[in-house]
Amino acid sequence: MRYLYVITILALFLSLAKDRRKTLRAVKIAFKRFANILPAFLIMLIFVSVVLFLVPDRLISAYLGSSNKFVGVGLGLFFGSITLMPGFIVFPLCSILLKKGVPYMVLSAFTTTLMMVGVLTYPIEKEYFGTKVTIIRNLVSFLIAVIVALATGIFFGELF
Amino acid sequence: MSRNKMVKIAGIVAYFFFILFSFMTGFDPGKQIAQNFIDFSLDMFKILPCAFLLIGLFEVWVKKETVEKHFGQESGIKGYIWALLLASTTVGGLYVAFPVAYSLYNKGAKLSIIFTYISSSAVCRIPMTIFEASFLGIKFSVIRLWVSLPLVIMSSIILGNYLTKKGYKLMEGNS
Repeated sequence: MRYLYVITILALFLSLAKDRRKTLRAVKIAFKRFANILPAFLIMLIFVSVVLFLVPDRLISAYLGSSNKFVGVGLGLFFGSITLMPGFIVFPLCSILLKKGVPYMVLSAFTTTLMMVGVLTYPIEKEYFGTKVTIIRNLVSFLIAVIVALATGIFFGELF
Repeated sequence: MSRNKMVKIAGIVAYFFFILFSFMTGFDPGKQIAQNFIDFSLDMFKILPCAFLLIGLFEVWVKKETVEKHFGQESGIKGYIWALLLASTTVGGLYVAFPVAYSLYNKGAKLSIIFTYISSSAVCRIPMTIFEASFLGIKFSVIRLWVSLPLVIMSSIILGNYLTKKGYKLMEGNS
């Protein structure tokens, strides 16, 4: 995260040194783009805050940990698709579940959909890509996550 | 004002009234929802200003021809490799990848590369992958990357070519 700030500040200074007018235009573009997409972000944040309340971490780990592996994969796919979690929460959580005996393929189903399928980022994606393409892209991502989970099951010897 | 927009505004207003009401009456679920809202907003607003400033700088300094050459119609396999490299250094997640993708598209990147960039920025961000491997093992991460990335590229090519043929355009406010 710190790198991001360093890079941004360096880039801004470099740009300022080279051409003030262009830099000003860049900042203007940044503001305009940000302002345009802000309402969509607001809607997404509202969805996130409600969904995280309805589906908290403990609930997810309880469900993923207490079922047979195929139901587990299904639940992993479901929870991963509808929630949003930063990596520093997800992976420690998964490692605890792993120690409790949850199969790798269940964790793979959960983490891969978490990364790739964005039900909660839908308001933002839709602003750029339109409803139809957003739905197609997310469905394709979901299918890829299913394949990844199955492949994980095969490679870890959990399927056969 | 369209009906859709009015529904959105009404929803947002209702949400904040609900939060306000929860704090006044000490309704715990409402307070927790507010806490979630604040936590996630802070997380995102740590990243977004930088992301958009970099997008602005990209817009004024990078020439259209450069993007076209590396990410455009004639870019070939190299274009996908560039997309993967750019994705692996993207911070945040999908919500940062969308505006970046939009900028790339405006500068002449082709759709199949745009989709590759978005989906791979979901799965192969470097800090996240290192973190994942340290908790779940390298084997787990390697399987995920080796299975998902080829599928991401293939599906992006199919989707990109199909939409290009249909004359699809990316724009702000597409909905």
